[in-house]
Amino acid sequence: MLSRTADHLFWMARYMERAENTARMLDVNYQTSLLPQSADRAEQGWQGVLGISELTQAFQKKHQDVDARSVMHFMVRDGQNLSSIVSCLSAARENARAVRGTLTTELWETTNQTWLEFNRMLRDNSFERDPAALFEWVKFRSHLSRGVTVGTMLQDEALHFIRIGTFLERADNTARLLDVKFHALAGDYFGAWGHDDAPEVDFYHWSAILRSVSGFEIYRRVYRNVIRPDKVAELLILRPDMPRSLAACMNELFANLGHVANEQSSETQRRAGRLRSDLQFGRIDEILATGLHAFLTQFLDRVNDIGAGISRDFLVPA
Amino acid sequence: MTPSFDEMHAGATAVRAHYRGFDRWLGQQAPELMAARREEAELIFRRVGITFAVYGAKDEDGSGTERLIPFDLIPRIIPHDEWQTMQAGLVQRVTALNRFIHDVYHGQEILKAGIVPSDQVLKNAQFRPEMMGVDVPRGLYSHISGIDIVRAAQPDGSGTYYVLEDNLRVPSGVSYMLENRKMMMRLFPELFASHRIAPVAHYPDLLLETLRDVAPASVNEPTVVVLTPGMYNSAYFEHAFLAQQMGVELVEGQDLFVKDNFVYMRTTQGPKRVDVIYRRVDDDFLDPLAFRPNSTLGCAGLLDVYRKGNVTLSNAIGTGIADDKSIYPYVPKMVEFYLGEKPILENVPTYLCRDKDDLRYVLDHLGELVVKEVHGAGGYGMLVGPAASKAEIEEFRAQLVGNPSNYIAQPTLALSTCPTFVERGIAPRHIDLRPFVLSGKTVQMVPGGLTRVALKEGSLVVNSSQGGGTKDTWVLEDEPGRDTVPGTLGGPGLQSQSQSQSQGSQFQSQRQG
Repeated sequence: MLSRTADHLFWMARYMERAENTARMLDVNYQTSLLPQSADRAEQGWQGVLGISELTQAFQKKHQDVDARSVMHFMVRDGQNLSSIVSCLSAARENARAVRGTLTTELWETTNQTWLEFNRMLRDNSFERDPAALFEWVKFRSHLSRGVTVGTMLQDEALHFIRIGTFLERADNTARLLDVKFHALAGDYFGAWGHDDAPEVDFYHWSAILRSVSGFEIYRRVYRNVIRPDKVAELLILRPDMPRSLAACMNELFANLGHVANEQSSETQRRAGRLRSDLQFGRIDEILATGLHAFLTQFLDRVNDIGAGISRDFLVPA
Repeated sequence: MTPSFDEMHAGATAVRAHYRGFDRWLGQQAPELMAARREEAELIFRRVGITFAVYGAKDEDGSGTERLIPFDLIPRIIPHDEWQTMQAGLVQRVTALNRFIHDVYHGQEILKAGIVPSDQVLKNAQFRPEMMGVDVPRGLYSHISGIDIVRAAQPDGSGTYYVLEDNLRVPSGVSYMLENRKMMMRLFPELFASHRIAPVAHYPDLLLETLRDVAPASVNEPTVVVLTPGMYNSAYFEHAFLAQQMGVELVEGQDLFVKDNFVYMRTTQGPKRVDVIYRRVDDDFLDPLAFRPNSTLGCAGLLDVYRKGNVTLSNAIGTGIADDKSIYPYVPKMVEFYLGEKPILENVPTYLCRDKDDLRYVLDHLGELVVKEVHGAGGYGMLVGPAASKAEIEEFRAQLVGNPSNYIAQPTLALSTCPTFVERGIAPRHIDLRPFVLSGKTVQMVPGGLTRVALKEGSLVVNSSQGGGTKDTWVLEDEPGRDTVPGTLGGPGLQSQSQSQSQGSQFQSQRQG
């Protein structure tokens, strides 16, 4: 397969996944903002959204107040913000268009249709009327495109590079979400909160994190217990059966990388395998003992490094 | 001017025989239903992304520069016998054109014989000295040719087909031929059940066969690629479509590189050799070392590899010498010179403005003629005398006098018309036809082509960049029971047989399971 083709497929998948994760995060914040809470607390939530994507500065250049309206506007329909949903869907579609011949007709049309429909929804202000419905729609279009991918694509390199893009992006997004949500509360979290002495965070804070990764019901099923921060961290970092956890993402990433291996890629594979093993054999109390923020920062660096390796070995060779 | 030939109607009320079935069907369709079908077609084209880019234009909503080419629901229908003649004429013409290009870059016999003036060829900007003496596989240059055909009315009311233009560089539009057919079959399956319409869907197969036929002789299993200028090119959809349909890579210049006299593409598994490049990039942009140095669309060193015979370019470099409008008048003579045959298809009478007598005539009759730039394309840089204002004519006259050899002129042909959906019902609009001729081991084509229609009332310009639309083109098969003519494809019969067979086996396995 052409390196450029693989590059487009990889980024098509990343942008679609990013659009979904942004929608998830905004949705949860929006739902939370409907609960009675202090203005400070609400602002903190929206600042977190910007912080996750490292967009605080870009946002401040355009808006004064960090409130629901302006953050949602910035993150949904601002085409100048390259991380906004409209930018992600457009980039996913442009990448798909560049390799439409490699995609199945169904996958191309799904991606194109998502972009056409989303623009229509922005034009007729469906978003302002019902933000939650739009977020839900973006999530489901992403589900659809993933389903169409797995259900129609030949299981060859093209599919593997799409999957690599998806899971690399998801690993990155889940790690950022965890980091911001924990960091906002305690600087660095060392797992010291017991059952009762957690800072004035409550059920709603933790359930929001879980809901943003479709993990609320899963948590209950797995732990059958009240929601505790260390368990939330464990679920989202180490559980290989939780589809959005770091461990699950690294398992998929490593497996798909194995399918496309070439003569130059052994070092990148080794690093991916190493990171995967760290998660596979890691324990949450150890991770918390060294500090969650430190762990996640290092994780993001390593994921970033693997992404650069994939680029060098396959996508943009010298 | 003689009134236009109407493809569907003979006189005010009579419907031509080959349109009768369609006419009956159309009469039974409610207008609302047809309107709904038109909308449906547009939605599907958008979703599939069958769009083209217009230079410098913006969509109504500002979301980009992607436009749909208007698609008309009334097909252009060609009777079987007319197609047979046209096909024979196209094969003959393209064969002669390929012989001419080979001759120009080798012995130049036709120049020595004084049939085409040497200056016309050797001093032509389209002549590529780099190609002198270069041997290309099978001696073929134009593997994919798009020949534009129009039909004009004769005083006795009949219509004559004329070749208006040969396109031997990178002719486009074949994807619309295929997509229009797909759309019509989807919208109106009943029409296909009640008519014997020759299928065209095997075009990509023939194209791939042709491209493999012209691979360097030493290669057994050639790697074929399609080279596109990229996704912002107006014909990008077609490039991607053809690559996908043939199952070959769609590459851009940046994906290719030259090493040790061969061309390679960069893949995820390392470099892979490329043997045939179906290039949708003009000569000038193919190799920055040989042609335009600032081009990023090609591949540095490509020309060298090509001249050594280690890669095939399709079409070859230098085919422009044969489809130049100043060479066009000599094509009938080429047919006689190379093949010793009478040309089957006629040329439109053409005045060469470089010739003093012709120029005088043209200047005296500007109001009646169509004047075209010799190298112009896409309907730009032309004057349609009868449709132009006095001021426009005078402005053009000044250009013409300033550089006469840059222009040719032709009588304004009343292009035939075909009923077309317009804002208020159905009205006749002018059409042309571009069949695609493939030259490999044999010269072949699918029955049909791209019919373009000028949607503006009275307009003769069918180019999509100038507001033209397209129609599905039906070539009717012979009545069943009559002998099939050799060379036509017995597609439908074979297809239905294999279909029923596989259905049968499905049924069997279901029963067993």
